[in-house]
Formats: sequence, C-alpha cells, structure tokens
Amino acid sequence: MALAEKILEGDIRAAARLMRDIDDGFKSALDELKILYPHTGNAFIIGITGPPGAGKSTLVDQLTAVYRKQGKRVGIVAVDPTSPFTGGAILGDRIRMNRHADDAGVFIRSLATRGHLGGLSRSTMDVANVMDAMGMDIVIIETVGVGQDEVDIVRMAHSTIVVMVPGLGDDIQAIKAGILEIGDLFVVNKADREGADRTVRELATMLEMNQYKKGAWLPKVLRTEAHCNRGIEELVAEIEAHRSHLYQSGEIREFLQEKNARVFMDLLKERLFTEVFQHLHVNGRYRAILEGMAARREDPYSAVEKILAERFKGGD
Amino acid sequence: MSERKFRVLVGKPGLDGHDRGAKIIARAFRDAGFEVIYTGLHQTPEQIVAAAIQEDVDCIGLSILSGAHNTLLPRVCEILREKNAADIMIFCGGVIPDDDIPGLKKAGIREVFTPGTSTEAIVQWVKDNVKPRA
Repeated sequence: MALAEKILEGDIRAAARLMRDIDDGFKSALDELKILYPHTGNAFIIGITGPPGAGKSTLVDQLTAVYRKQGKRVGIVAVDPTSPFTGGAILGDRIRMNRHADDAGVFIRSLATRGHLGGLSRSTMDVANVMDAMGMDIVIIETVGVGQDEVDIVRMAHSTIVVMVPGLGDDIQAIKAGILEIGDLFVVNKADREGADRTVRELATMLEMNQYKKGAWLPKVLRTEAHCNRGIEELVAEIEAHRSHLYQSGEIREFLQEKNARVFMDLLKERLFTEVFQHLHVNGRYRAILEGMAARREDPYSAVEKILAERFKGGD
Repeated sequence: MSERKFRVLVGKPGLDGHDRGAKIIARAFRDAGFEVIYTGLHQTPEQIVAAAIQEDVDCIGLSILSGAHNTLLPRVCEILREKNAADIMIFCGGVIPDDDIPGLKKAGIREVFTPGTSTEAIVQWVKDNVKPRA
C-alpha cells in the first residue's frame, strides 16, 4: 500500500519501484495499481512506432523538449527487445534522451519486452498508468523497432505516430496490412536523405487509397530531421490537431471503450491462465499431460476440456 | 513469475569519448541475463543518478578513461546520498592509478576494475556482491 500513497505525494523512487514490481510480476503491485487507478485517465498518451534506426528515440527527445517548453510534464516509456537466448537486454533508448533525465518534469523508464510480442512489454500499460497517476500531462510510449505486424500500441495511445525513413522498400510495402494502417500521423524522418520525397509520396498515395468516413481524421505525412530539430514544431501542432479531433468528433469515447475492453480482456486472460496453470504444476498434472501427449495416449484437446470442466464445475 | 530481474546502469561520466569498454561491459551483462540501461557518453553525475533512480537499478557501473575519476565519481556517490539513494551500489572501471583506488572506495565506490580485468570477473563480482531488491 505504501508505494501508491507515496507516488501520489510525488515520491519518484516509489514510482520507480512500483514499475519494477509491475515488470517483475509481483502480486503486491496489483494492490498498488488498484489505489492508483482512480487517479489515472488524465494524461494524453502518444505512441511512437517504426522500424529500428528510424529515429524514434531522437523524435521522443525532441517532442519532450517542445512539451517541456510549454510547461507540460512528460513521462516516457521506452521499450527495447529482450534476448531470446539469455533473457538479458540492452536498453539504449535513453542515449538519445538522457539530457532530460535530471529535469524534474520528465520521468523516463526503459522496459525490455521479456518475450512479449506486439512491440511492447506486458507491463507497458501499467507503467504508463503509474506515470499518469504521477501527474504527467503527456506520456510518450516508444515501441521496440517494429517490422510489419506489431500493432499493440494503437490500442494504448491516443495518437499513434508511425515513423518511416527513406529507402526501406517500394510502394507495395506501403499497401501491405499492418503498421502502415495504424498511424494517426506519419513521419518521414531523416528527410534530408536521398529518396525522402519518394517515401513521402508513396505514403501519401497509400493514405489516399483508404476509405474514410465523413468527418474522419485524415492522417498526414510529415517530414522531420529529428537530429537537428527540423519539423518538430509542425509535428507537435499535428499531434495537437489530432487530439482536438478526437474530442470534438467524439471518437475519444469509442477509443476508450475499445481500450478498456482490451485492458480488461488481457487481464482476465492472463489471470485465468496463471490461476489454472499454477494449479496444474502443483499437483504434477502438467507433466502427466505432456507425457500422455508424447506417447499419443492423450490428446491436448481433451486434456484442456477436462481441466476446464474440473476447474469450472457446473458452468459451461 | 515473481522473480527479480537484475537491472544495471552502464554509463560514461564526463568528457572522454572512449565507449568501447562500456559497450563490452554492457554486452557482457546482457549475455549474463541482466537488463542493462545504457545511457551513453558524456553524462553528468546528476544525469546518471537521475537515470539510476528512474530505472530502479540495483547497481551502477561507470566507465571512465579521462583521468577525471577523482572529481566525477565521488560526485556521483554524493548525489546518490543527497537523493536518498545510497542503497544503489556503484562500481567503476577504467584507467585508474592504484594510488587513487583507496580514495575512490572511501568516497563510496564499492569496487574499481582496472585494465586487464575479464568481463566474467566483473559479472561474477556483481552477482556475488549485489542482491536484486526484495
């Protein structure tokens, strides 16, 4: 309990510790999150996604500088991949943004994916919630470098920015499904590089092919050179335009409904699974099932049905 | 699932740009299963401590080859104490004369690794001397 109350009083170390407890799956973290939940829902969440090396961290750094100039408090959650072999990770997003580290109005947290797919860690939403409860006006979530299919961010962020760079592929890449469908804004970073005009054109053409409902938000393609701070003010203006659109059009209600449904379902799935699976381990059933499958004595379909029938007696 | 993952911050305080050693150490910790927060070059003591607190690391490893270790490293320890974070253990590596080591340890640096130390020895030392938080 102590952590949540300290966090609400502005204790940075308590916040950092709770994030750790969340990431490490400590049961106590849930009790703390219960206390914080009524204090969340105020931060505007911006998602930044795109391929590795596109300049996501540098953009986050520059966006943070602009929002700080406006006097807003900024929380940053930066996700990098975990090694599938050792479980270790190098979390290097801070390299680009650590000039903000000792600014009391900024809190940066690096997270490792820990085997979670989708471009984020399992803990990302809850860590962002802690920042929200800390009173951050803006929370920026930077995904791992993504390929084509890591789209979890779109349910989490009010505005999702897809960052691309010149030279990654032809215009067929741009009409494939996946991350190119999820942007509320598209940024072609490193816009001073050769091929930038073509990339902008291809993205714009792709967007023109989309069917938009009347009054829907039309995603724009912006050009930035994040390392020398070009195009950043325009990007912030466009994010703010999207934010206004969300509220004026009422789309925010739909967004929140979907987001809350997702949060609830994910939690339910995780807890149900853990509940049942831990029990299987305790009484040695798990190993017996695997042995049964190896000998083709038992099939996995019946095994699961049996376990569910025992676990949830009387209901189906 | 509720098992602590080791988190270590690897950084380079001050002005020297030689980050090969820091990167090798970061990689060695990664391969040993640690989560390594790498803050990169040219960090002030204030930035290092702020990052260590926000990331809730168990320890800080600093690489320094500029010769400014007697100024910068005790300053990091001092700020950790000011911020009520002296429980975060700190060690360093680099070109550090033997004569300077007692002074650094007195200032709060728990161990000093000089050239020639193997990465295995450093990782093992951290495993032996740092417990992830309860």
